[in-house]
Amino acid sequence: MTTASTRETFGRTLLELGRENPDIVVLGGDLNKSTVINLFAEEFPDRFFDTGPAEQNMMSIAAGLASSGKTVFASTFAVFGSGRPYDQIRIGISQARLNVKIVVTHAGITTGEDGMSAHGIEDLSLMCALPSFTVIVPADGPETAQAVRKAAATPGPFYVRLSRPATPIVHEGDFDFTIGRAEALRQGGDATIIACGTMVSTALTAAQTLDAEGIDCRVLNMSTLQPIDAEAIAAAARETGAIVTAEEHLRHGGLSSIVAQTLAESCPAPMQMVTLTGYAESGAPNLLIEKYGLAPANVADAVRTVVERKAQLSANGRAGA
Amino acid sequence: MKQISLDELTTTAVQLRRDILNIITEAGSGHPGGSLSAVELLTALYCKELRHDPAAPGWPDRDRFILSKAHACPVLYVTLAHCGYFPREELWTFRKINSRLQGHAHTMTPGVEMSGGSLGQGLSFGVGASIAARLDGRDSRVFVMLGDGECDEGQVWEAAMAASHYRLDNLVAIVDRNGIQNDRFTSEVVDLEPFADKWRSFGWHTVQANGHDIPSVINALDEAVSVKGRPAVIIADTVKGKGVSFMENNPDFHGKAPTREQLELALAELAD
Repeated sequence: MTTASTRETFGRTLLELGRENPDIVVLGGDLNKSTVINLFAEEFPDRFFDTGPAEQNMMSIAAGLASSGKTVFASTFAVFGSGRPYDQIRIGISQARLNVKIVVTHAGITTGEDGMSAHGIEDLSLMCALPSFTVIVPADGPETAQAVRKAAATPGPFYVRLSRPATPIVHEGDFDFTIGRAEALRQGGDATIIACGTMVSTALTAAQTLDAEGIDCRVLNMSTLQPIDAEAIAAAARETGAIVTAEEHLRHGGLSSIVAQTLAESCPAPMQMVTLTGYAESGAPNLLIEKYGLAPANVADAVRTVVERKAQLSANGRAGA
Repeated sequence: MKQISLDELTTTAVQLRRDILNIITEAGSGHPGGSLSAVELLTALYCKELRHDPAAPGWPDRDRFILSKAHACPVLYVTLAHCGYFPREELWTFRKINSRLQGHAHTMTPGVEMSGGSLGQGLSFGVGASIAARLDGRDSRVFVMLGDGECDEGQVWEAAMAASHYRLDNLVAIVDRNGIQNDRFTSEVVDLEPFADKWRSFGWHTVQANGHDIPSVINALDEAVSVKGRPAVIIADTVKGKGVSFMENNPDFHGKAPTREQLELALAELAD
């Protein structure tokens, strides 16, 4: 698979949006080359404000701008755009339902060598706890471009989560990103892998491996975590009877939790979760992915396990009947 | 600036104090001390200084008043009702279920500019509103009221640096310097002095005012809005619980409602 950087795609898309819409204002926090909003800053210096590493101030300034009719993009690293200014986001943006788009980069352990303080692995839990936020984790560059455009065009608070390294492109050719709708990237009847962000291409790789073993996997790209596509999740459970979730995030409060909640109320099915379970450490991203269990082999193992559980349930059901 | 007599303003201030005490007692909870200390400040702002239209709260060219110390929302609600933003009867729904008048200021109330309730955020919000006015070429002015205890929050000083950096001369901060925070006197919790020097060192023009003397407040506002090239802060010396003898300078009435008996005593002191 060819790769693209989601943050570079974001930076270029934001520049285009700046040319199209004079009401877009961008806030940065002294990480503007890394978040690639420097492209916007260079062309629109009058609509760009660098608060320095003062993220509380950044989020409340964003609220003030939005309350006067601006479409505000506030961009920094995942850890600095969620946990650090959480109170300002909660009260100033979420409770007031203001038109602020928080786009973070360097999410997850693929941020790599900077270590655990820089690994945003709790952010989805925090942001999905805010009822008025739409939370999107694009799977690749092309989806990032569409998601950023949809966020700009849709009133209300958004959190868009991007990565540091370039990631494989899973969308070859035309496609339509729709907020709140899961996308089936692969059809299959034996199990469904529901993934978001960097784990979508991982899921597709695992599905190919399993195909050779005769396990036919559906792969859902669940790029919108909030609002969740409950119907697609229930349909996957009904039609394939086994679910695996995969996310570059802690187990609590992210995609896996949301899918489990959804299934519990609609169509309970055997489920395995490929997630982080604690803090990681400094290291090369690919080595961290292997050590902390987010590689294609881990996803494939989870599918084998869940398919086995499904078979046992089915056998028990027949025995009971 | 509107023409209105000092007598009228003084009478309004007494009425607002009575309303504050009535609605907090009716609610059974709320923050009387820091509401009473800000009465003359809001009276001067809403009845004289602010360019606003109660019939059109969203008018883009309006001046903004942002209550960063959002727990003092009773003084804001009674002032907004006095101006006609919503019916006066609605004041008696304060803090009750199905009301638009929340326990801490929220934008669901007509005329409330910012949802607050966690200290330290309003000055940053004001920076955003000031920048938006500048970008749009509007001559709107932005007034942000802070508590003095609130200035313990580091974000206040992040915003102070930013406002100065961006030379926001359409931004005026007003500190209700009543000397008492939730638990105790500000000098005992974290001493803010030398307070004006702190603002000056952050690049702000500073103005002192007697926050209960309406002419002093008006003069301070005149000076603050005329400053060019940098933001201005009015440090308004006030008395927590002002106007009620047993509430004045009494930390117990930061966040406690009067009893019915205390209300009667207080209203007797605030007879028209």
